[in-house]
Amino acid sequence: MTRYATNEFKTGLKLIIDGDPCAILENEFVKPGKGQAFNRVKLRNLKTGRVLERTYRSGESVEAADVLDRQLQYLYHDGELWHFMDTDSYEQLAADRTAMADSAQWLKGEELCEVTLWNGAPLTVLAPNFVELQITETDPGVRGDTASGGSKPATLETGAVVKVPLFIERDEVIKVDTRSGEYVGRC
Amino acid sequence: MTAWRQGMLAARAELYRLIRSYMAESGVLEVDTPVLGAAANTDPQVAPLSTLVNHPGKPDQQRYYLHTSPEFCMKRLLAKGSGAIYQICKVFRDAELGGWHQPEFSLLEWYRPGYDHRGLMMEIDRLLGRLGLPTASRISYQHCFQRHVELDPHHSTMAELAGRCHRQGFDGHGERRAVLLDFLFSRLVGPHLGRESPVFVYDYPACQAALARIRQDDVPVAERFELFINGMELANGFHELGDADEQLQRFQAENAYRKQAGKPTLPIDDGFISALQDGLPACAGVAIGLDRLLMVLTHSQSINDVLSFPLD
Repeated sequence: MTRYATNEFKTGLKLIIDGDPCAILENEFVKPGKGQAFNRVKLRNLKTGRVLERTYRSGESVEAADVLDRQLQYLYHDGELWHFMDTDSYEQLAADRTAMADSAQWLKGEELCEVTLWNGAPLTVLAPNFVELQITETDPGVRGDTASGGSKPATLETGAVVKVPLFIERDEVIKVDTRSGEYVGRC
Repeated sequence: MTAWRQGMLAARAELYRLIRSYMAESGVLEVDTPVLGAAANTDPQVAPLSTLVNHPGKPDQQRYYLHTSPEFCMKRLLAKGSGAIYQICKVFRDAELGGWHQPEFSLLEWYRPGYDHRGLMMEIDRLLGRLGLPTASRISYQHCFQRHVELDPHHSTMAELAGRCHRQGFDGHGERRAVLLDFLFSRLVGPHLGRESPVFVYDYPACQAALARIRQDDVPVAERFELFINGMELANGFHELGDADEQLQRFQAENAYRKQAGKPTLPIDDGFISALQDGLPACAGVAIGLDRLLMVLTHSQSINDVLSFPLD
């Protein structure tokens, strides 16, 4: 079983805390002049998303979370689970609502997603940074208005709602940045 | 590079000038002692750096330790009758790096024969006044610990302390009392200290005596103090232990703890012990972190901001 000593701690390192996989967000060295040195660590629980704080005596070690990042292709949603496939081995894996978090709203099928696996099961799913999706519903476009800077909501084919410029029309395909949820441009 | 701003270089030069003029006026002699020594500080919470030195005509290299503080050599000078002395020097500590820590940093170390820790706190106040800082308030370790941790540091059981640690995200199970107190103090107390004005925390639990005398009140307390400004510890001072036998026992106990904790044991400074046997005048001493003091004076957030070339 791999363990990490406090001097290996850095942002992004994944540890097991109270049985759950967590990723280090911040690592701070704390030491009284005449006393014990500590590492004060802020972590995100990768299962619940909750942020927690732990302190370790410098020199202690903590169990490593045996997580693995894989590129998997999104297949379909069965109403409960989202199904993915390894395009080399054709192995299929299913992610639940917690693992999908905000990523589900950007997927329509065949996208390659970064799936973090823990004990062989999807823990988190990241949609591609950019997706191209068709608008299914929005107010009629304001012709020629490309400069006023106004925006309106538009519903995409996956159900996601993004703010788009006023000149954008229904049925157009637009590019969206999934990390910010923002409109990038027309396709 | 903030440190390259002319202002930062000038601020350090001005700080050193003010310290030296204060010391000269007060009759405290500036001294210089070696950085390299065959012996080291055995404090298990401090890790010395060492280096190997070749001597001409000798086949074996000699291991020397870089001082973690000049206190042993300065006390040897006191025992020889130097009178009040101070030193501004670089000291070295391994495995310390962070917003308040660098492996190499600058100390002002200062001894006053005939003073106890209370007398020395008053003199530090005068020096801080010269630097434009307000007068420090004073609070006992017990008082501020009770206020912020809601436990008595001297009388609480290990289970009570460990329970409080656990609620703050530290598993204190099986740790020594000093470690639990260090965690709770640095987590819950330190950040509140010295926000309005500088503050001296005095009378530490006996398990954190280091090189301080222990006084028998209703509980034994170490005659030790620390200075805090903006939640940051700037200085540590003692009413100095002068008993050679007790000092040797503390060093041996520290080496025993080092061995048990899997840390290297270190050669005890015999020259220092024999100086104590010859007789160290009753005195108080303090070490002030000059880089941190400069952080306070220049409103800097990180020690790196006040150094010309920090390690990272």
